[in-house]
Amino acid sequence: MRTFSIGGIHPPENKLSEKAPIEVLPLPQTVVIPVSQNLGAPATPIVAKGDQVKAGQLIAKCTAFISANIHSSVSGKVIKIDDMPDSAGYLRKAIVIQVEGDEWLEGIDTSPSIIKECSLSPKEIIDKVIEMGLVGMGGATFPLGVKLLPQQGKKIEVLLINGVECEPYLTADHRLMVERPEEILIGISILMKATGVAKAMIGIENNKPDAIKILSQAAQGFQGITVHPLQVKYPQGGEKQLIEALINRRVPSGKLPMEVGALVNNVGTAYAVYEAVQKNKPLVERVVTITGKNLKKPSNFMVRIGTSLSALIEAAGGLPTDTGKLVNGGPMMGKALTSVDVPITKGCSGILVFPTSESSRKPVVNCIRCARCTAGCCMGLEPYLLAVLAEKKRFEDCESHKIMDCIECGSCAYICPSGRPLLDLIRVGKAETGKMIRKRSAN
Amino acid sequence: MNEITIISVISLGSIGLVAAVILFLVASRFKVLEDPRIDVVADLLPGANCGGCGLAGCRAFAEAIVKAESLSGLNCPPGGNDTMQKIATALGLEATEAEPMIAVLRCNGSRQNSPPKVNYDGAMTCAFVHSLFSGEGGCPQGCLGCGDCVVACTFDAMYMDQITGLPVISNEKCVACGACVKACPRYIIEMRKKGKKDRRIYVSCINREKGGIARKNCSAACIGCGKCVKECQFDAIALENNLAYIDFNKCTLCRKCVPVCPTEAITELNFPARKAKAETNQA
Repeated sequence: MRTFSIGGIHPPENKLSEKAPIEVLPLPQTVVIPVSQNLGAPATPIVAKGDQVKAGQLIAKCTAFISANIHSSVSGKVIKIDDMPDSAGYLRKAIVIQVEGDEWLEGIDTSPSIIKECSLSPKEIIDKVIEMGLVGMGGATFPLGVKLLPQQGKKIEVLLINGVECEPYLTADHRLMVERPEEILIGISILMKATGVAKAMIGIENNKPDAIKILSQAAQGFQGITVHPLQVKYPQGGEKQLIEALINRRVPSGKLPMEVGALVNNVGTAYAVYEAVQKNKPLVERVVTITGKNLKKPSNFMVRIGTSLSALIEAAGGLPTDTGKLVNGGPMMGKALTSVDVPITKGCSGILVFPTSESSRKPVVNCIRCARCTAGCCMGLEPYLLAVLAEKKRFEDCESHKIMDCIECGSCAYICPSGRPLLDLIRVGKAETGKMIRKRSAN
Repeated sequence: MNEITIISVISLGSIGLVAAVILFLVASRFKVLEDPRIDVVADLLPGANCGGCGLAGCRAFAEAIVKAESLSGLNCPPGGNDTMQKIATALGLEATEAEPMIAVLRCNGSRQNSPPKVNYDGAMTCAFVHSLFSGEGGCPQGCLGCGDCVVACTFDAMYMDQITGLPVISNEKCVACGACVKACPRYIIEMRKKGKKDRRIYVSCINREKGGIARKNCSAACIGCGKCVKECQFDAIALENNLAYIDFNKCTLCRKCVPVCPTEAITELNFPARKAKAETNQA
């Protein structure tokens, strides 16, 4: 069975919620919709305080090239447009809507019926994707429309679909594949049409045999789509790792997957594409896993964007008493939260509730030069060296040691027996080195 | 045996002689003409290479002075006016008096004023924490307390106070080189006039959030109420974006703004205690 060749680790999988079917979370009383939920520029609000909005209505418009439209996820009244704290505790502009009923904008099909045929041209599909505010659902939230736009001189040969879900605990993509295989496959064929690709490959780690079985069976009805089981190894869901695992090509340093003729999208994205193109439904809800060892009911919820995290925790049985840490995203790449009063955004794939005993880091001791971080690095870098160079502010050296290739998967920090904060320091180095490179190319 | 010694001495000696002649010719042909005054100035400078003058180091500063033939706009903060006076005498130029400056920390979000709400146990560097979240105390503009400024200080003029969690700037050791100002990811440290008898008054808060939000995270936050602006007779205080700022060029150090501040966000440094002053007035 295939996998990527360099580095990788095997953290305990802990997929507690893999058998929990996707439930629809009841509508909250208010939603807080941040105008910046994706990589790139924030959108500009086009509604005012007091306006009545319907679910699916455009409420903030993208003004830059790398940006995405924001739609209302509920119907009701805009009660304020103000700075609200985000998951990091910083204030960001957000639109607050008081929920009144559940009225959808005309033309949006919310029925579960499946529409298979798509008569739109590639250009029309891409326009639709941009209009509906779609972003990559794997976590990086890069605007999807920009990703699909044809690049001069580059030809996409194969579309790779990421159903790997290599992060421990998370099961949102898994459940989606098990419960909505038809929709995902139609979404993939729409993506194939939009990019003019004849071949699509879905990669799924073999710890999800049910998803592999269901999708393989359903894929028989679709031309050019194949399902490929992969060995379990973190971080297989990384774009470059998945390309190597599936088609055995390596993306050169500093280049995009387009360079080797591949385009990678998440299964969640394929589902969102189906909803947007076939059902006319903007990206206003997503599947979120809420899980944790002490949580009463680890589950997967279909959540409207902007719902407060506290509502989600309540639905999963309430916050356990010995909670030590809340993480937005997976345990490897997710970010710890500072409060439970933060909204669920487009890029949120899971919420983890850790007990106190598992929430602190190991005490930091000296590097013992064991090189396990180097062996574990999926990009073939030397994390111990990059961390020291970043700490000493030697950013030119960071650049020559390819710090910009780091995908921030966290394998080095996970595997370090000395508990060194390798990824923290590398992130500082990456940010500063990036600044330095941009400054240089601007001059 | 004797013969070998003579041959070696003669051959090596002649090689040395030829090499010396070549070196002499090359040296005189490619001689770099440098103004001798640069060395004079460089010797007068402190030699700390701190970069406080805005140039690459002491040598670069000396070159800049000699090239400019004037001292206007050039100042060596660690050397101070004494050094600049010496340079002026040595070069026969007119010295410009520069007001001595010092770094001040414009945040009073100590552990008491802004109690930690979350527990952070990652890498202790402000640059990273700033990119990650608002900080343990919750103020998105306040001091993170990891001490990037202390690491940046080459004059040993700063240390972290273990009780408050804030850096402390030494009045005697700080030379106003500005390294800490650049190191702070939140731009909390400001260069201000050292003031008469080292007395300084400043708003020790840079939070521009609305009063209520700022106060939620820190009891010593400036809430932008404007009381100090009304109190000031010298038009030295400006209120912008919910934050008061005292202009050190206009401030007369009268101290009237300090007691009116409802959150004690205005700090006075090195003043005699107020009660003692009242007593001396009575006496």
